[in-house]
Amino acid sequence: MRREGSPWQGLGAVVLKELSDHLSSWRMRILEWLVVVVAAVTVYAAIQQIKEATAEDPFLFLRLFTRAGGPLPLIALLSFLVPLVSIGLGFDLVNSEHNQRTLSRVLSQPIYRDALLLGKFLAGLATLAIGLVALWLLIIGLGLIMLGIPPGTEEVARAFIFLLVTIVYAGVWLALAMLFSILFRSAATAALAALGLWLFLTILWPLLAQPIANLITPNGDILAILNTQQILARFAPSALFNEIVAVVLDPSVRSTQQSMFAAMGLVLIERGAIPDAPIPLLQSLLVVWGQIVGLVAGTILLFVTGYIVFQRQEVRA
Amino acid sequence: MLGLSDITEGTARVVGFDPVREPLAVKRRVGYLPDQVGFYDGLTAADNMRYMARLIGLGRQERDERIKSALEHVGLAEVADRRVSTFSRGMRQRLGLAEILMKDAQIAILDEPTSGLDPLATVELLEIIRNLKKHNVSVLLSSHLLERVQSVCDRVALFSGGDIVLMGTVPELRRQVLGGEFPVEIEAEGEGLRDRLAKVPGVRTVEATGPRHFRLLADRDVRPEAVVAVIEAGGRLYQISDLPSLEMIYTRYFQNLSNEGARHAA
Repeated sequence: MRREGSPWQGLGAVVLKELSDHLSSWRMRILEWLVVVVAAVTVYAAIQQIKEATAEDPFLFLRLFTRAGGPLPLIALLSFLVPLVSIGLGFDLVNSEHNQRTLSRVLSQPIYRDALLLGKFLAGLATLAIGLVALWLLIIGLGLIMLGIPPGTEEVARAFIFLLVTIVYAGVWLALAMLFSILFRSAATAALAALGLWLFLTILWPLLAQPIANLITPNGDILAILNTQQILARFAPSALFNEIVAVVLDPSVRSTQQSMFAAMGLVLIERGAIPDAPIPLLQSLLVVWGQIVGLVAGTILLFVTGYIVFQRQEVRA
Repeated sequence: MLGLSDITEGTARVVGFDPVREPLAVKRRVGYLPDQVGFYDGLTAADNMRYMARLIGLGRQERDERIKSALEHVGLAEVADRRVSTFSRGMRQRLGLAEILMKDAQIAILDEPTSGLDPLATVELLEIIRNLKKHNVSVLLSSHLLERVQSVCDRVALFSGGDIVLMGTVPELRRQVLGGEFPVEIEAEGEGLRDRLAKVPGVRTVEATGPRHFRLLADRDVRPEAVVAVIEAGGRLYQISDLPSLEMIYTRYFQNLSNEGARHAA
């Protein structure tokens, strides 16, 4: 027997309310400043470098994203800034309702829990998307002014896909933060757990991947070990994100393993391929299609886990 | 019944709807005011109500009208645009009741509505609850303050270990628990009062519990007769006890229960 009514009833109300909460909150103000500062710093640093380096580069505009002075290009900055901001927005989504004792009142209105949870997630994601789109536009705008060359169609397309991927990447961490906010009643515990997991996945896990790969790969073939290591590393969303943007933003990268081998002093040469020749956008996408799907699937998986836990939870005050 | 707790077993019907299969229909008809009701502190009273109204799915115009009249009804119209964080506990409870009014619920479930309120706020709140009744709302109220409950409730149910053990109007409960016994406490001064009181029809025993305190056990309400007896004896009446309160019925019930338990054990 089906339950009556639509699970989306009240979804719009929840999204609007949460969005207005987010947008008027102090966190949003901090996010806005972060966006401005990040855009200014990375564009400035990138321009400095681009000016020195090259006039021949056909994908000059994309260098704005990938190359910046000093140790931190924009993509590296985003790969740890985005999780931080997502967790910052998401760690108290559900448990703050518990602690304010509003949850039982909201849920005694004629809506399903689905609407509340999805509404909160969508509103959080929309907030993050607003921030990321603003950052993206700022960088492109500043780049236009300072470089003085308009970007080509393919560059815009690649930059746009990069933006979408970044939003999905934010979604993974938001879903994770929300899961913890469902699991833990205390907002501080949830924040700490989410941050802890983030630190583990981005810093410790890549270090651990190597010894584990050594252990579980039966024969000592270096290629096999590297393969296992990469598979293990991909459990961290940041690894997936880095692989995707490396390929999407750089048309000369034709394999996700290229950078890894390059780091080890190896060059991967496919038969018949011209090294460093750019590949079309569609081919780039095909290379990282698995990773993109992985990010989306991760988001959905985390959200569904949270959803199941939330459905069974006792919410009486 | 509102889907706030997970279902373990059994079935239920709320105004003819199955809360498992038709939770929205149930929730549309039932209003809930939890113990220590919470609001979004950063929002104004009206905004809090507006959010709930949107969740209920009211249209814009209807929403504003209902919110206005509900807030007026509970006496919060003047503070509608103040943040809820500045509200006292009594005001929060009243805002919670306003929400139930706005929802036009058929059933209102109130969990300890008066706990933690000062006496004046309690009286005001009970007045609003009584008004709910006039709006054809059935009010389900749980409370430990039995005196208060007695003053607003039509029927009372006592729970023990999750089961209803007693249910009915207060006089019905009194009869069930105390049997035919009506204890009456009298504080009076006068010559030979004890014998006079013992002769009042219906009185079974009279006990002198203090210099001018008497406890009568009667098989009906003998208070008017007892007063007349005291006056006729030329005595001075200081005080006469009320009918056994709900609290007394409650205590007596659980005393009986534990006595029985003791007997079973023996």
